[in-house]
Amino acid sequence: MAFLSLERVSKEFGTFTAVCDVDLAIEKGEFVSLLGPSGCGKTTTLQMIAGLVEPTKGRISLDGRDITHEKPNRRGLGVVFQSYALFPHMTVAQNVAFGLEMRRIPQAERTERVREALALVQLSAFADRYPRQLSGGQRQRVAIARALVIAPPVLLLDEPLSNLDAKLREEMQFELRRIQRKVGTTTIMVTHDQAEALSISDRVVVMESGRMTQVDAPYRLYEQPSNAFISSFVGKTNLLAGTWRRGGASSGAEIGGVLLETPAPEIADGTPVTLSIRPEKILLCDAGAGRLDGRVASRFFLGSQWLFTVETPLGIMTVSIPNHGEEPPAEGSPVGLDWSPANLRVIADNAAAA
Amino acid sequence: MTPRPSTFAVPWLLAGPGALFFVGLVLLPLALTVILSFHAYDYSTGIQNTFTLSHYVAVVTDGYYLEIFARTLRIAALTTLICAAIGVPEAYILSRMRDPWRSIFLLVIIGPLLVSVVVRTFGWSMLLGSQGLVNQALQLLGFPPVRILYTETAIVVALVHVMLPFMVIPVWTALQKLDPMVEAAAWTLGASHFTALRRVVMPQATLGMLSGSLIVFGLSASAFAVPALLGGRRLKMAATLVYDEYLQELNWPLGATIAIIVLAANLCIMLAYNRMVEARARRTLG
Ligand SMILES: Nc1ncnc2c1ncn2[C@@H]1O[C@H](COP(=O)(O)OP(=O)(O)OP(=O)(O)O)[C@@H](O)[C@H]1O
Ligand SMILES: [Mg+2]
Repeated sequence: MAFLSLERVSKEFGTFTAVCDVDLAIEKGEFVSLLGPSGCGKTTTLQMIAGLVEPTKGRISLDGRDITHEKPNRRGLGVVFQSYALFPHMTVAQNVAFGLEMRRIPQAERTERVREALALVQLSAFADRYPRQLSGGQRQRVAIARALVIAPPVLLLDEPLSNLDAKLREEMQFELRRIQRKVGTTTIMVTHDQAEALSISDRVVVMESGRMTQVDAPYRLYEQPSNAFISSFVGKTNLLAGTWRRGGASSGAEIGGVLLETPAPEIADGTPVTLSIRPEKILLCDAGAGRLDGRVASRFFLGSQWLFTVETPLGIMTVSIPNHGEEPPAEGSPVGLDWSPANLRVIADNAAAA
Repeated sequence: MTPRPSTFAVPWLLAGPGALFFVGLVLLPLALTVILSFHAYDYSTGIQNTFTLSHYVAVVTDGYYLEIFARTLRIAALTTLICAAIGVPEAYILSRMRDPWRSIFLLVIIGPLLVSVVVRTFGWSMLLGSQGLVNQALQLLGFPPVRILYTETAIVVALVHVMLPFMVIPVWTALQKLDPMVEAAAWTLGASHFTALRRVVMPQATLGMLSGSLIVFGLSASAFAVPALLGGRRLKMAATLVYDEYLQELNWPLGATIAIIVLAANLCIMLAYNRMVEARARRTLG
């Protein structure tokens, strides 16, 4: 039995189904991210776990206990709200202390823990301010501190880092991860940012219009996305639509008269397929030396890497190469594209695994 | 084009009509009332053109008037208190209602304002009279009949009925501004529903309650129709007293004096109250 489990949980608002048949089992101490486009039901899922939205169907259990209908104040979970939901009439310190007060922690210990929590989110200097006197990112960190300070067994974070600058965000990710490792807090984090989801989580759950479409470790999610939507939502990719051709030893997809070899499972000859190849899996070489020829349409310098768009007979392809400290091919120059066939993946369009 | 003089004149032109109305309809009559209150009065010859402070001295030294003032304050304060006690929970419930119901109940709350105060007050006098519905019900249950009409109770009951919307609406507006997730946040941190209400929702409602209380207190202290119809001849409040001085005694300067004193007292109380509560609320709510 998993520590936190959702069994066929659904939520309908009137006739609209916001969350549909969600099954999820989370182990104690695991860090799980919910990733998906806006409006796909991430917040609703999180709030059902927190007890703020009553599921229409299904069962939620925590540590072997059925909590489907338990009141939110008896679940003892730490929640960071998407809108922060700070108490506007309390100072930062009072906001953070509120949960400890409810738990009847003695004054001295309370002060100490509030101080620690504020130091953790780098807001010690702001303890006596009111929320309206803080910037968006500072409010967000108060919300994080308020949830962390009660040391809950489960942390539910709804886009907790969305308003922070890149450096602070990285530090906070690191802190969340450290706390979760140290205390063993089970953490569920909603995020829009796929890089954040991949870097910080043990497992990533991808949601699409109310359903969970893939639950996997970040690496596997990236390398083996179960459908075209996920492959383009998680990281960048080149999608190529073609027709499957089986011909003795070599099988592959035919696209615009070009046969691209790829090792793939049994697919009947003539089936329409979608191929996916990640920009970083493509190598640039001299024209004529690769599998495909093209012309550099544009290039962008991203610091650690270059991002190219290359015009090829198969359409525009995105290619990224690491920055080796030399000037790469200029815009307009002819180039060849090469890759290893194993990195060219066949994606079945409708949910079924590749 | 010479935009300078015209842009200078625009605010004055725009504010002009309103200012004129204000001067004509509020300041001028008020000034006349103040002047009138310093005129001497003689029962045989009427208003004299001589300056006197005797009306003010008479009013503040006469126990009869002071009792009426005390009653006015008591009734207004009690009405405000009851309105807050009923109106704040009502506003909270209203703010948590879903849409078709919220509109319907908002209409129910505002509804009484659509009926004339006089008509509503007559309604109350029928209900509360010695043979009214309330007494009939009491007798049916075996209780002796009670005298409600022409008591302060009747006045307070009717005033609460009239004034409730003025409390509910500002509190409701204040609660509308509160993110419902803030209350939910308190629950997730372990607060019970009651604690969340007390510690999180109520402080948000205070600013609305403050403005509501000011309106209710001001209107109750100067209410005329309700005490006139439900208080009877003996149970007077400030406004009915002024009315009597003007139209029964024909002593206009004394009436004016009472009106000015009531106005001044009302103003002082409301300003002090405003200072006290608002200073606290503004600091935290911004
Ligand atoms: N109270 C409600 N009544 C009706 N529909 C709702 C309600 N709450 C949410 N929805 C709908 O349910 C869907 C899922 O909402 P949810 O807030 O879970 O999205 P989300 O994945 O968190 O999106 P975002 O990333 O933008 O925060 C949305 O289409 C939303 O319009
Ligand atoms: Mg959301």
